[in-house]
Amino acid sequence: MTLYIVRRLLQSVLVVVIMLVLVFVGVYVIGNPVDVMVSTEADQEEFERMVRLLGLDQPLWKQILVYISNLVQGDLGRSFAFSEPALKLVVQRMPATLELVFVAMVMALATGIPLGMYTGLHPDTVPARLIMGTSIIGVSIPNFWQGLMLIFVLAVSWGLFPSGGRGELDTVFGITSSLWTADGWRHVLLPAVNLALFQCTLIIRLVRANVREIVLLDYIRFARAKGLAWRRIVFVHILKNTLVVLITVIGLQLGGLIAYSVVTETVFAWPGMGKLIIDSVYILDRPVIVAYLIVIVMLFITINLIVDVLYSVIDPRIRTARSGGD
Amino acid sequence: MFHTNGAGGELLRIEGLHTEFATRAGTVRAVDGIDLRLRRGEILGLVGESGSGKSVTGFSIIGLLDEPGRVTAGRIVFDGQDLLAAGEPALARLRGSRIAMIFQDPMMTLNPLLRIDTQMIEAIRAHSKVGRDAAWRRARDALGLVGIPSPEERLRAYPHQFSGGMRQRVVIAIAMLHAPDLIIADEPTTALDVTIQAQILHEMQRLRREREMALIWITHDLSVVAGLADRVAVMYAGRIVEQGSVDEVLDTPEHPYTEGLIGSIPSHDAAGGALAQIPGMMPSLIDVGPGCRFRERCPRATHRCRDDDPAPRSTGGERLVSCHHPGSGR
Repeated sequence: MTLYIVRRLLQSVLVVVIMLVLVFVGVYVIGNPVDVMVSTEADQEEFERMVRLLGLDQPLWKQILVYISNLVQGDLGRSFAFSEPALKLVVQRMPATLELVFVAMVMALATGIPLGMYTGLHPDTVPARLIMGTSIIGVSIPNFWQGLMLIFVLAVSWGLFPSGGRGELDTVFGITSSLWTADGWRHVLLPAVNLALFQCTLIIRLVRANVREIVLLDYIRFARAKGLAWRRIVFVHILKNTLVVLITVIGLQLGGLIAYSVVTETVFAWPGMGKLIIDSVYILDRPVIVAYLIVIVMLFITINLIVDVLYSVIDPRIRTARSGGD
Repeated sequence: MFHTNGAGGELLRIEGLHTEFATRAGTVRAVDGIDLRLRRGEILGLVGESGSGKSVTGFSIIGLLDEPGRVTAGRIVFDGQDLLAAGEPALARLRGSRIAMIFQDPMMTLNPLLRIDTQMIEAIRAHSKVGRDAAWRRARDALGLVGIPSPEERLRAYPHQFSGGMRQRVVIAIAMLHAPDLIIADEPTTALDVTIQAQILHEMQRLRREREMALIWITHDLSVVAGLADRVAVMYAGRIVEQGSVDEVLDTPEHPYTEGLIGSIPSHDAAGGALAQIPGMMPSLIDVGPGCRFRERCPRATHRCRDDDPAPRSTGGERLVSCHHPGSGR
């Protein structure tokens, strides 16, 4: 297991280096951040002073090497725009994003698993067909448009929810979050629904397909031949086997949700990492972009590790294979 | 043999059973009017090739047909109770307690994610109101009964930690938990290698003797039937073409299909020579025309076989044969 984790970490270092080169080249090609940053009245001398200050007069390869050597010492650079440590900016925004993603994921699971089980067990009923039909729409609607519609109908027309931003914060057990306050929940619901809808339809389809496969297997038939109550067959035998597949996908999706909450955060003016990265891309704030991406890579790796551990908790076959293999 | 003929009263009676699968291509008449009787404590070998309807017969009895399978006609009377008229709750009470089933592939029969004790205790508690501890002790004893060493430790294991033969023993132990009157075994030794197969057969013989349970052994392997069963029923294309005591049927087969099956078993005498085969293939069960279903492959077929579907006729004792030209060719 330890060897496995080490291998994973080495892989992630490689990913970070490749990503660094891509971002540096990308930002270099797009333009000079100083163009955006200095005021229009600044003269040429001012401009060049700024370029030298940020180290942008160096050749690209040198900039990358300097960045990496700083990175190894734990310095992810300072934001060009805010002249604050880039990592600090990203980490400050992280709780907001995690909070949003957490609520969205719980929503998607709480609705997706029961609906998926139902449609899988009774595929030919009218409600099942309705759920499946609706879920196709859920997959097809562009996320930003769906967000705008939610704001338009529920926030602007009916005034049920605020149209954007994060609610009041409170600290309980040392965790600061807007989920401790009623106002926080009023704010988080719409963006979370927007983020959850696609996940929910994905989970419905996945669970349904899985359940339909599992009910045909011999061990389900044997469970019925034992005279077990249908309830027990569904909630123990079928559900547990569905979870194995579900956990893989949830793991992948969770990373995706964090990374791609960008659209939802922008539409709902949610002050999370996604909003920060979009703002930083506009002003070519390279250190912040890089810091954000490093954090995302780390999150992905952590989530994948957790998924692997959960896997072996649920599936005994994997448990033995791993303790035998490593 | 122990209590072979006349061991007990009638346990199961099947009359005119029809089981159909409505598919897009048409209705498949998987079981097309069969009659069977089974006494208490009797072992019946149900023999036939793939698709002959032998497994479907088993699933029809226990009420576990896969969609879109339906029993469309007939009666299945188990110990005086009409199973086809019984509702699902009544069937669920019978399943596992009075009628148990064992499947072909022991690798697939146990849930891979649940420990053996979980799977045994849930089966016990489905029919007996006992506490977990009492159920656990019963599970342990049941494993011991089927010859699993150190059952207390093995109860904590997962299915993948057992070999195929041991897994099938666990499955048999589960089937035996409530001392059922009838076990339907659907090719339970087909997936096992020969030595394990012999052990399992021996085990089943012993358990039958001790517990007085009846057994329907579904198989395509006549040699297994020869060593195990009291009576045999040979199925072909959804029908039972011949039934009778094992000795009679295997020694003097009356139906040409039975004869062909026996002839195609490799033997010492013919070593090195070509194996006998039954030419042709089983007809599709979607559009079964008039006449005998075996006629296209039958060496004895005549005009009569083309137009007239032979009904089961007694040829003495319990022997029933569906053929216009019965008789032993041997």
